[in-house]
Parts: sequence; structure tokens; C-alpha cells
Amino acid sequence: MQGYNGKILRINLTTQSVKTEPLDLVQAQKFIGGRGLGSKILMDEIDANIDPLSPENKLIFVTGPLTGTATPTGGRYMVVTKSPLTGTVASSNSGGYWGAELKFAGYDAIILEGKADKPVYINIEDEKVEIKDASSLWGKVVSETTTELERIHGSKVRVSTIGPGGEKLSKMASIMNEKSRAAGRSGVGAVMGSKNLKAIVVRGSHKVEIANPEKLKEVFSRCLSQIKENGVTGQGLPAYGTAVLVNILNENGALPTNNFQTSLFEKADDISGETMAEKFLTKKEACFRCPIACGRVCDMDGVEVAGPEYETLWSFGSDCGVSDLGEIIKANNWCNELGIDTISVGATIAAAMELYQRGYIKKEDLGDGPELIWGNAEAVVEWTKRIGLAQGLGAKMAEGSYRLCEMFGAPELSMTVKKQELPAYDPRGIQGQGISYATSNRGGCHVRGYMISPEILGLPEKLDRFSLEGKSEWAKLFQDFTAGIDSVGLCLFTSFAMGADDYADLYNAVCGTEITGNDFVQAGERIWNIEKIFNLNAGIDSSQDTLPKRLLKDEIPEGPSKGWVTRLDILLPEYYIARGWDQLGIPTSTKLEELGIDSKLDSTKV
Amino acid sequence: MNITVKFFATFRRGREKIVNIEVERGSTVKEVLDIVKIEVDEIAILLVNGRDGTIAQLLNDGDTLSLFPPVGGG
Ligand code: SF4
Repeated sequence: MQGYNGKILRINLTTQSVKTEPLDLVQAQKFIGGRGLGSKILMDEIDANIDPLSPENKLIFVTGPLTGTATPTGGRYMVVTKSPLTGTVASSNSGGYWGAELKFAGYDAIILEGKADKPVYINIEDEKVEIKDASSLWGKVVSETTTELERIHGSKVRVSTIGPGGEKLSKMASIMNEKSRAAGRSGVGAVMGSKNLKAIVVRGSHKVEIANPEKLKEVFSRCLSQIKENGVTGQGLPAYGTAVLVNILNENGALPTNNFQTSLFEKADDISGETMAEKFLTKKEACFRCPIACGRVCDMDGVEVAGPEYETLWSFGSDCGVSDLGEIIKANNWCNELGIDTISVGATIAAAMELYQRGYIKKEDLGDGPELIWGNAEAVVEWTKRIGLAQGLGAKMAEGSYRLCEMFGAPELSMTVKKQELPAYDPRGIQGQGISYATSNRGGCHVRGYMISPEILGLPEKLDRFSLEGKSEWAKLFQDFTAGIDSVGLCLFTSFAMGADDYADLYNAVCGTEITGNDFVQAGERIWNIEKIFNLNAGIDSSQDTLPKRLLKDEIPEGPSKGWVTRLDILLPEYYIARGWDQLGIPTSTKLEELGIDSKLDSTKV
Repeated sequence: MNITVKFFATFRRGREKIVNIEVERGSTVKEVLDIVKIEVDEIAILLVNGRDGTIAQLLNDGDTLSLFPPVGGG
């Protein structure tokens, strides 16, 4: 079957064995690829209750059938594992070029097992796969590691690597490819570090086979026009990247500020996409075959570095009360170099600032580190560094906001869902985003059902952001649709311009199938349900489908969203009904049958 | 009455970020847009005091209009 290479690379780092196995094409079609296929493999191969940082955990790098093909943004891959941050299934998506290169090398996925007894990296050149000594790379930052591996293996290779954050098992560690593209969330980098695996170098020379090249050309050009004509993908993202959201959210009074104590930041414009474009932007950057090019390159004291995304401008900016964009660019760069997640790191520093404000963290806890005071830009940069290097209080912060707040006796100050830091949208002012956050299968996350699209941007239609009506159904639909996109190998940003039928048509042209848009969304629903089963089996039940108390009880104190809390009391029961789950949020056997899911719920857990 | 208009993204090209204008009592959003020379179909997000606004909406003294062209998400 075209699109898929039909081959999985299985590497056991304990025994150093390298095997290739055929891809189960029936499962592949059922779960599409990427996030779906990875979750299914994880589900089938590990006990959901293992310690995520033990050799029993598996780390799966998995592409989609459209990865590496002539489709718009067809370069994405997923890292799937059990998360050390949340204990849930983790699937972190990344763009750049690495995923496409893995396809060119002839594989759909790499399954990594066990643990090497000393630091190693993997070098893949088509059929040749080597496990190599990485002692001299251990401790090096991401750019140095990448440059060194390119020096050894040639400038054409693609490198995916962890930084010191992953080596030191920070629960917020990311995996970085092409230096600045991140599989950022849920601590996937710590799992790689726990296996003593520093990097994976890939070089491939094959083409991905296409079932119907003529049809693909036709669908591609249709989708491309849609992307070009759409205001968001054709104008907004290319001109300002995601950073333009700073002012939008602030004007709506839904830009979380000072660890969600309020949602209005007086100096928002100083850290906005507009200011970035005016003062720091040097050029744009695109991932593999991407016509949108939302990536930003910024000037940092005379050096060109990757610019911060909206979420990062928020986490280091308004969430910490910081308005110095130049310093945020530095903190962002440290995250890329140390291999740590910008959202979780910034949000954890914000939580630390509130712990300091309320006297839980005392001056003596800071050691020689800068004071954790709102608006202290120097503190944000310095503590980012210390988190990545696990130094002093930074080592405690590297455990993430939830564990930090718990250590200091104030878990209620952690703005997390399932122990993962919430991103840059206050769900009190955006009700549908609230239900999406609370039910996300990987904890606090905006890309598991981006309700900002209808509630703030008005796409595909404008919904009243305060209304509860129909929001649970919308969130479910967005969650399922997104799971499909994450699995097929395309960038989520295409969904501003493309619908389910477009993805189905691209999939059909590449794979030679005849699925409909509905089938595509249903596959997404199937994926969502197996993720949920994994979480339930891991002991993460629906009592964790909730939000921090602050967002449920404390009204936003000022601005256009003043007086609102998230009405989860109404939204959650409606959501379970929309999902066809029981009142406790457990998928019913009827639902699982309807979706053709054979993975079993562990009856001792639910 | 006095209305504050805030411009964002490409709407700032050739304009101030923020202007205060005097309009007659009972003016609508559309009338303000005509004054600042922005076409209705150029606008992707229109807020009046941070809430979703409409073109025909009647404005009150002291209202703030925030105007965005098509912008990114993410
Ligand atoms: S839209 Fe942005 S993140 Fe997505 S593929 Fe294109 S450049 Fe990469």
C-alpha cells in the first residue's frame, strides 16, 4: 500500500539489537499513522502502569502516510510514549525536515526499547542502522550537538536530539530537530534521556510511493489555493506568525497574566507579534513543503535565532508579568538549546513567582539566583537556564509546576491539568477551550482541540466565547478532527483552511484508498478513545478531567472577561454524553464496538 | 461622543496604533469605520470593549473599538 513504507525499525538499546518489521497495514489504516498508530503500538506493547522513566517504557518516533509526500506541510512526525510529566499517553508533534527524512530512509516508525548502558546515538542511512557512542556529545546543547553530528555524517543529514534538559530527566524536556523545531510537550525528551539516547541522525534516499500522482496533483493544487486564499494561512500566519495572538487575546481580556491571577496585561503590545515584526524579525522560516511559513527568525544581540511562538511570548511574558521582548527571545533560545519546553518552563517560573509572592518560596531558597518577582525579565532568563541545567531551585522547578507547588505546600497555585502546564488562553473567558483543556488526553494543552479557532478567530464560524451551548459537541469534534490531522502527517495549521474532505482526498490520492471526510474524523474519534483507555488503564480517571480551582472558582477580576469562571459543572456532563461515554467518563462497550476498538479497559482500574 | 479605535497587525500600516475620534451621538460601528477608512470586508475580528461587535452596533461615549485583519492562530 502506497503512502506507508510498510516498515518499522525496532531498536532495543539494552541488547543493541536492530530489527526491521513489517508494518501492520490493517492497524495503520485504522489509526492512520502518526499519533494514532503510535498510541496503538504503545497501548499494545507496554503496561500502562510502568514508570515512564524506566527501561520498560518505549519511545516511538512515528510518521504519517502523508509525511514526506508532495502535500502541503507534509513533513510532520510524532513522538509517542508514556509521559513522565502527566503519566498519560504523550504524543508530541514536530515539523521541520526530520520526519520526511525518516520516510525517505524507508521507515514509517522507529520503536525504541530498553536503555543503553552508556550514552549513545543512532545513525540511520537507509538500510544501514548503527548505534554509536555519544559520550563526547553528552552535556552538549542542541545546536552544538546538531553541528557536530552534521560534521561527522555530512551536512545533508537530519538530526533529532535532546539537550541537557533531557539528559537530566527534566519532566519538561523536549526533543529538538533542525535545532529549533520541537517535539516539545509532556517531557518526551526525558524518556529519551532515560534511555541514554542522545540523538537520532537520519539520511534517506528513497521516495515515498504515491498511489495516484495525477489525483494528488489535482487535490494538492486545490488545497494550496485554499491555503493561499484563507486569511489566516494566506496572510496572518505568514506575516506575523502565531505571535499576533498576543494582542487579540489581550483585547478579549483572556491573556493569562501573573500565573492566571488576572487576564489582562497592560504591556501586551510590547511583547506582541506587531512589536516583534517591527523590532526583532529578520526573516521567516518554513518546514518541509510548507506554503505557510509561520516560523520566525529574530535578531538576538546580533545573532539570528528562532523567534518565540505566541505561547512562548505569553509564558515568559504576561504570565510572568514580563514585557521585555528581547529577554523573552533569550529565554526562548535557552529552551531550544537546553531542550526544554517553552510553555511548561515559562508557566512553571510563573508559578514559582506566585509561590514567592505568597511567601511559600523564601529568599534563602533562591540561593544566588535572581528574585522571582513579577516582571523581572532577568529572572526569567536565568531560571530558564537553571531549570535546563537542573541547578539549585532550578532542579525542583525542572519537575514542572505541579510538583513544584506541591513541594512548597501550595498545589492549588499550579495552573495545570493532569500535571501539565496550561497554555496561553484563559478558559474563563473562552468556555469551549475550558472543556477542551479539562478533557485533553495529555493534560493542559491547546492543540488537542483548538477552540480558539471558532471562539476567538471565528473559524469556521464565530461562536460566542461565553456561551455554553453546543460547546461540548464542538470541542469533541475539534478533538477528533485534530487527532486525524496529527496522525496523517500534516501541520494542524492547515485546518484553518482545509476541511475533513480535503484531508481524506489527500490521503486517498497518496494511499489509493477511498475514505470519506467522515471516515477521517471517525478515525480521529477512534484515536481519542484508545488514548483515553490508555489513561484509564494508567489509573488516570475522569476525576482528573478538571481545571485548577482558580479557573473554576475565582472570577477574572478585570477587563472584558471580568466576572467569568469556566462552567465545567455544565460542560463536562454534556461532553461525556457527546462522547457516548458513561457518567464517569468511561467509554461504553457500545462506543468501542462502534469504533472497532479491541483494546481492553483494565477492569481493576475503572 | 468620544470613541477610541485600536488598530492591529497590518491595519497599523500608515496609521497610528490608537486614535481617539469625536463622532455624533448615536453613531454606529460602520460610521467609525468610514472615518478611519477601513472596509468591512478587510476586518476579521471586530471587538467593542473587548466583546464581539457588529457593524450596525450603536456606540456609546467612551467605547473602544479593536480592529484586526485576518490573523494567525496557533
Ligand atoms: S505552518 Fe508553521 S509550523 Fe506548520 S508546517 Fe508550516 S512553518 Fe511549520
